[in-house]
Amino acid sequence: MAQNTRTVPAGTPTNVTQNHTKGGIGESTLRPDGTLKVTGEFAYSSDMWHEDMLWGQTLRSTVAHAEIVSIDVSEALAMSGVYAVLTYDDLPAETKNYGLEIQDTPVLAHGRVRHHGEPVALIAADHPETARRAAAKVRIEYKELPLVTDEASALAPDAPLIHEGRDDHHAGHVPHPNIVHRQPIVRGNVEEARKRADVIVEGEYVFGMQDQAFLGPESGLAVPAEDGGVDLYVATQWLHSDLRQIAPVLGLPEEKVRMTLSGVGGAFGGREDLSMQIHACLLALRTGKPVKIVYNRFESFFGHVHRHPAKLHYEHGATKDGKLTHLKARIVLDGGAYASASPAVVGNASSLGAGPYVVDDVEIEAVALYTNNPPCGAMRGFGAVQACFAYEAQMDKLAAKLGMDPVEFRQINAMEQGTLMPTGQVVDSPAPVAELLRRVKARPMPPERQWESAGEGADVRALPGGLSNTTHGEGVVRGVGYAVGIKNVGFSEGFDDYSTARVVLQVINGEPVAMVHTAMAEVGQGGVTVHAQIARTELGVTQVTIHPADTQVGSAGSTSASRQTYMTGGAVKNTCEAVREKVLEIGRRKNGSYHPAWATAELLLEGGKVVTDGGEVLATLADVLEGEDPIDLELEFRHRPTVPFDLVTGQGDGHVQYTFAAHRAVVEVDTELGLVKVVELATAQDVGKALNMLSVVGQIQGGTTQGLGVAVMEEIIVDPKTAKVRNPSFTDYLIPTILDTPTIPVDVLELADPNAPYGLRGLGEAPTLSSTPAVLAAIRNATGLELNKTPVRPEALTGTL
Amino acid sequence: MRVNFTVNGRPQEADDVWEGESLLYVLRERMGLPGSKNACEQGECGSCTVRLDGVPVCSCLVAAGQVEGRDVVTVEGLAEYAKERTEHGSCGTGACGTPLDAAKKWQAKPTQDSQTGEGVELSPIQQAFIDAGAVQCGFCTPGLLIAADELLERQSDPSDQDIREALSGNLCRCTGYEKILDAVRLAAARQGEAV
Repeated sequence: MAQNTRTVPAGTPTNVTQNHTKGGIGESTLRPDGTLKVTGEFAYSSDMWHEDMLWGQTLRSTVAHAEIVSIDVSEALAMSGVYAVLTYDDLPAETKNYGLEIQDTPVLAHGRVRHHGEPVALIAADHPETARRAAAKVRIEYKELPLVTDEASALAPDAPLIHEGRDDHHAGHVPHPNIVHRQPIVRGNVEEARKRADVIVEGEYVFGMQDQAFLGPESGLAVPAEDGGVDLYVATQWLHSDLRQIAPVLGLPEEKVRMTLSGVGGAFGGREDLSMQIHACLLALRTGKPVKIVYNRFESFFGHVHRHPAKLHYEHGATKDGKLTHLKARIVLDGGAYASASPAVVGNASSLGAGPYVVDDVEIEAVALYTNNPPCGAMRGFGAVQACFAYEAQMDKLAAKLGMDPVEFRQINAMEQGTLMPTGQVVDSPAPVAELLRRVKARPMPPERQWESAGEGADVRALPGGLSNTTHGEGVVRGVGYAVGIKNVGFSEGFDDYSTARVVLQVINGEPVAMVHTAMAEVGQGGVTVHAQIARTELGVTQVTIHPADTQVGSAGSTSASRQTYMTGGAVKNTCEAVREKVLEIGRRKNGSYHPAWATAELLLEGGKVVTDGGEVLATLADVLEGEDPIDLELEFRHRPTVPFDLVTGQGDGHVQYTFAAHRAVVEVDTELGLVKVVELATAQDVGKALNMLSVVGQIQGGTTQGLGVAVMEEIIVDPKTAKVRNPSFTDYLIPTILDTPTIPVDVLELADPNAPYGLRGLGEAPTLSSTPAVLAAIRNATGLELNKTPVRPEALTGTL
Repeated sequence: MRVNFTVNGRPQEADDVWEGESLLYVLRERMGLPGSKNACEQGECGSCTVRLDGVPVCSCLVAAGQVEGRDVVTVEGLAEYAKERTEHGSCGTGACGTPLDAAKKWQAKPTQDSQTGEGVELSPIQQAFIDAGAVQCGFCTPGLLIAADELLERQSDPSDQDIREALSGNLCRCTGYEKILDAVRLAAARQGEAV
C-alpha cells in the first residue's frame, strides 16, 4: 500500500559542512561529525528506520560440519507477522556464492554447513522478536560429518575436503586442497648460515583467535526500489567491494544496487567481508518492503570473520657479537571454513615474518588452512600481528642466551633505509627501527609501587585484580618488556589498488566552498577530518562539505591496510590539484592580461585568494569563479605498482610502504593469583607526516589497546571436539575496559616517505603488532615463565591448570 | 501494553509495547531516539546507558514496563539536562529534566542546512569529548557521556582512578581510553573554572 509513497528512510546520511579559517593539514582540527556523535544524532546503520519496514533475522547452523538432510519452513511461514522465509532454493540468480578473493562462501547453505553459525535461512517479520521466534520454528535436520579442526586433521590421508573440486587460482599450487594458500619466502642459504651461528633458539608459539569486537553491530536497511533495484544503507569498509559481490547474487546489474554508507561503529577488519548485506536485499526484494537487519552481539560473533589463530615455529641463530645469522620459520594460520582474506594474510605473515631486522638467510613458509572452525580473515595487523608475536619472543630469547640487553640486541639487528627484505625488496624510505626502540627505552619509568602514589595506602584500582581487592601489593612483581614490529601499508602483491575522489569547487553566497565526495568508509578513524584539511590546504578555502560516501562515485578501496589517508587522502589531494589548475586556467583567461604574474609566477590558493609564491594577491577565488559553472572533477589515484610474490621463492617487490612502531610495556603481576596489571604501555611510531596529530595519537592508543587485549584477555574459544564457539558474548569474550588499560604515552616521529602524499606513512595497524609481544615480554620478565601463547590467563602464571 | 514515562523532560506514551521489549528498544524503535546504543544488549558494554530517575542504568536491561511513570534522560537530552542543572542548582536525584510547562512547548529543532551541528548548545562533557579527540567511531560515546556527566555531577574534581572506576562499565574499542580520560579531566577543569 505504502509502497509507492516511500519516504527517505530516517537516518539517511547528509552533507556535513565544516568551516575553519585554519584547519589545513598538520592542524589538529576536530571531527566534522563530532557534534552529531555527542548529541546522539549521528545515524549508525542500526539506527536506520523506515515507516513500513520489516525486521530480518538469520537462522544459523547449530553444528560445525553437517549435511543438511531437510529444511521445513512451513511452520515458521505460517506465523502471524512473518512475511518471508528464504532458503538456498529461493536464491534468484545463477550466482549463489560470494567472497573477497575466492567466491567460496554460500549466501545460504546448500546441502551442507561447514562451520558453527553458518547462515541457513532468512526470515522477515514485522517485529524482531517475531522474526526470532519464527527462526526457532524452522526445522532443520542435520547429519553430522567428521570435523577438520587443525593441521593434522586437515592434512590426514582420509581428511574430508572442506571444498571439493576447488578451481580457484590458488588450487593449482597448494600441496593439499585443505590449504587455501601457501607462500614460501626463501633467500640466501639457511643451512650454510646456520653453521656461523654461535647460538640457536627455537620456539613454538600459539596465537589465539581474536575478535574485532567493534561496538556497532552488523546492520543496515535495504529498501526495494520501483525500478526493481534496491537501495542499501549499510556499515562496511569498502562499498564497491560489497557491490561487486552483492549484485550478481541478486541477479541485478550493479547500477540497480545503490549503496550508501551509513554510520559505522568501528570495523578493524571485521567489515571487509559481507555480513547482512545480501540477506537484507533478498528479503526486501522478496517482500517488496524495506528490511532492517541488526545483529545482536551473540550473532555478531558469528556474523564476521576473526583474526586467524596461528601456530608458529621459529628458529633463529646469532653470532656471539649479536648478529642474526638466519631465520627458519613455519606459520600455520587457521582460515576456518571459507577463504575470506586468508590468501593475503598468508602473503603478509610470510613476507613480514622476519620482522624489522637484517637477516640475509631466510626460509619462511606460511599456510592458511581450510577447517570447520569459524572463518578467519582481516583484522588490524593482518598476518603481521601473529608473526610479530613470535619473532619478538625469539629476540628476547636470543638476547638472554647471549647475555645481552634485549633492546641493544634488537638495535644491532635493526633494519634501516636500504635494507633488503627477505623478499628482496629494498626498504627505500626511512625505517627508524633502532630510534623507535631508543625512544621508548629512554622514557622515565612509572614510579615503583605506583599504587601508593596517592600517599593514602594502596589504591586497589592500580593493582592487579583491581576492585576485586585481591592484593594490597603482596606478591606483586614488576616486569618490563620491549617489542617492535613492521607492517605494510596498502594492498600488496600486484593488486590494482586505487582510490577515487570527486571535488567540486563553487561559490555559494559569495564564499568559495569545496565539496569532497568519495566512497571512503569512515569507520571512526577520522578520514573525513583529514579530507577537509587536505581540501583547505590545496584549495585555500575555509568551508568544506563532506558528501556522504556512496557508490555514485568511483571506488575508494577499502578502509584497511592502514591505507585510507595515503590512498583516499592522496586521491583528494590529487583531485584538488587538478581543480586548482582549472581555477588558475579560468583566472588566466579572465585576468591574465591585467597582471603578468598570472603567466609567469608559481600560483597558490590561500585564504580564499589566488596568490603568487611571493605572496602577492592576484584575485579572490570568489572573483575568479563568479559566473562560472562549479568546477567538478572526479579522478583516480594509484600508489606505485607492486608485483606478486614468486610462488616458489617469495621474491618480489610486493609491498607499497612499510610502517614501524615500538612499545615498552611495564606490568605488575600478582604472582600468587596470576593476575596482571599493565601499568604503562609507552609507544613510539614513525608516521611520516601527521596530518592531524590528535587523530594520529588516538589511532596509536586504540591500536595499542587492542594488542594489550589479546595479550591478557581476548580469545574466541572454539571447542576442539565440536568446532563450536564457546564464548560469543561480551560476558565471556573480554575486551579491555578503562580499568584494564594503562596510560599510553605516545612519541610520534615524522620522517617523510618521499613516495607518499605529504610524506605520510599509514599508521593504524603498526601499534597493534608490537603491543602484544611487549606485554608478553614484560610478564615473562616479571615471572621468569616462558609463556608462548596468547592470551596469558591466570592459570598460565600460577601453573594450576 | 501502553507505557507512559518522561523522556528528557517530555511526557511520552508508547503503545503496543510487547512485554519483552527493553527500554532501549522502546527509545530506539518506538520513540525515534536512537542515540542510546545497542552494542551488546546484555549489560556489558554500557553503550545504552541512560539516567533513570537520575541513576545511570543500562537501558537494555530495563524492561520497558518498569519505567512506567518514571523519568528517563538520554544523550539526546543531555545538553538540556546539564543546562538545567547549572541554572537551577545541582540535581543529584535526576528529577530535574525540562519542567512540564516547558516540555509542552518543546519543538524539534528545525532541520539545519549544515549537519555539523555548529552552534548547537552542548553540555560541558559533550564539548570536552569533541575537543579532546575522545570520539572516534562514536558508538560508545552516548553511554560514556551519560556516565561521565553523572560522575562530574557528584564529584567535581575526580582523580584518574575515580574516572576509571566510574567509566569501567563502558567499553570503547577505538580510543584506548586515554582521550576519554583527557575529556573528563577537561570537562572537570572547565567546570572548576566556571565556578
